[in-house]
Amino acid sequence: MKETAAKENVLEFVSRYVHKTITGFYTLTKGLDITIKYFVNPKTVITQQYPENRETLQMFDRFRGHLHMPHDENGQNACTACGICEKACPNGTISVLATKDLAGRKVLGQYIYRLSQCTFCGLCVEACPFGAITLGKDFELAVYDRNELTWVLNQSDNTAQGA
Amino acid sequence: MMSSVEFYPVNNPIGDLVRSIFPEPVAVLINGLLALLSLMALVGSLGAVLIYLERKVSAHFQLRLGPMRVGPHGLLQAVADGIKAIFKEVLKPEGADTFIFFLAPLLPVSAAFLVLAVIPFDHHLQVADPAGGVLYVLGVSGLSVLGILLAGWASNNKYSLLGAMRSGAQMVSFEISIALLMLLIVMVSGTASLRGIVLSQQGTLFDWWIFKLPFLGIFAFVMYLIASTAELNRTPFDISEAESELTGGFATEYSGIGFAMFFLGEFVNMFVSACLVTTFFLGGFFPPLLGVPVIDPILSLIPGFLWFFIKAFAIIFIYMWFRWTFPRVRVDQLMYLEWRIMLPANLLLLLLSGLFVAQGWAG
Repeated sequence: MKETAAKENVLEFVSRYVHKTITGFYTLTKGLDITIKYFVNPKTVITQQYPENRETLQMFDRFRGHLHMPHDENGQNACTACGICEKACPNGTISVLATKDLAGRKVLGQYIYRLSQCTFCGLCVEACPFGAITLGKDFELAVYDRNELTWVLNQSDNTAQGA
Repeated sequence: MMSSVEFYPVNNPIGDLVRSIFPEPVAVLINGLLALLSLMALVGSLGAVLIYLERKVSAHFQLRLGPMRVGPHGLLQAVADGIKAIFKEVLKPEGADTFIFFLAPLLPVSAAFLVLAVIPFDHHLQVADPAGGVLYVLGVSGLSVLGILLAGWASNNKYSLLGAMRSGAQMVSFEISIALLMLLIVMVSGTASLRGIVLSQQGTLFDWWIFKLPFLGIFAFVMYLIASTAELNRTPFDISEAESELTGGFATEYSGIGFAMFFLGEFVNMFVSACLVTTFFLGGFFPPLLGVPVIDPILSLIPGFLWFFIKAFAIIFIYMWFRWTFPRVRVDQLMYLEWRIMLPANLLLLLLSGLFVAQGWAG
């Protein structure tokens, strides 16, 4: 059984009571101080007026949009068709279809990405050992037909779509 | 104090004009109707203004922008919301008491409306000035508790009933603090008429009761703010609505215009409460004269009712600041605050100010 606290005398009770009340009010003023700083600084507002500022809108760094495969100026990507991203994907979003080139090496044929199944978790990007894929910043991804949601990322005409 | 009554005439030009045109009994009727109409216009417009203000102020406290779409900076949002509320279907739950269910939303607004009748907005802008104005205010503002209790009871819903009971307990408790603080002001100013209380604060800024009463005034002011926040059922004391616990408290079953009336009543009551704070502590319609010969005449140029509204809206801003900063307290914490902190402090304050009055230190 728990020991009961030693009985405090009246003076101790009063001092504890007054101290509790004063520190309570002091902490309240701290909260008031924070909110009034937000109120008087309109720059702290983080809401975006979206359709109006569409031209200037910058998505923040950690935003995760659709999957994107960067290509260099020669139209080459870093993908080796190893298939680790395909195994890392929990939803079966990615299909890496490999082919063989003239020398008989395994190279990427088609990198199929199904946007309709993607949850933008980013596990594929983390799994990729070559940095061949990234998550884009675009979020206006609505289309009129679900067939348009299956992209082939390593073909330049398809990567242009939405990237 | 008597000289100030002569200095500021109670009559206003519109009333004098009506009295000069019409015979006595008709003039009284017309003047009364005009006064009521102006109060109705005030209540109606205040609802829209305060709801817009609350949404904007709360948004900026929370790093948001608030309504921006309807009209420039969302100015017409309140109009759009009002139209929506009017056209919505009014639902009544099965087993609810029809008469009381539809009577209840009217009571908080009527309470605010009735209290507004005795508020001195300016020297000659007061509908009535009963000698016991403070008593009248205390009595009539009880109607809003009644409205909430009736709404909870008539809704035939456990959440409504719980919310109403909590609200009843809360408002009855904090009414004691409010009454004791009003008593303090009545004691130091020597009159219970609201106009008389304002006139007793004539002079500079330091003649207002918040400063005039050495040390005690500022304590009384802060305690009045806390008690009236609780009386208004606003956060941090909004346990009667407590949407995370009671889905909406007494207003759960109300839709459309019934809910809008509760909402309007809440906001107009906030304005009334701010008016009372202004009257009791902040010198009502008197300009904040500093005793500096250069600035004082400029400050006096601004009409009294503008000063009154500036002060009242400053108090409303403080209420909103409280609401969007503090988290909600629990029921037992609320009762602890009233009965263990506010009430003893109140009684001590009353005792000390009695001593001050007896020694002639207060004003």
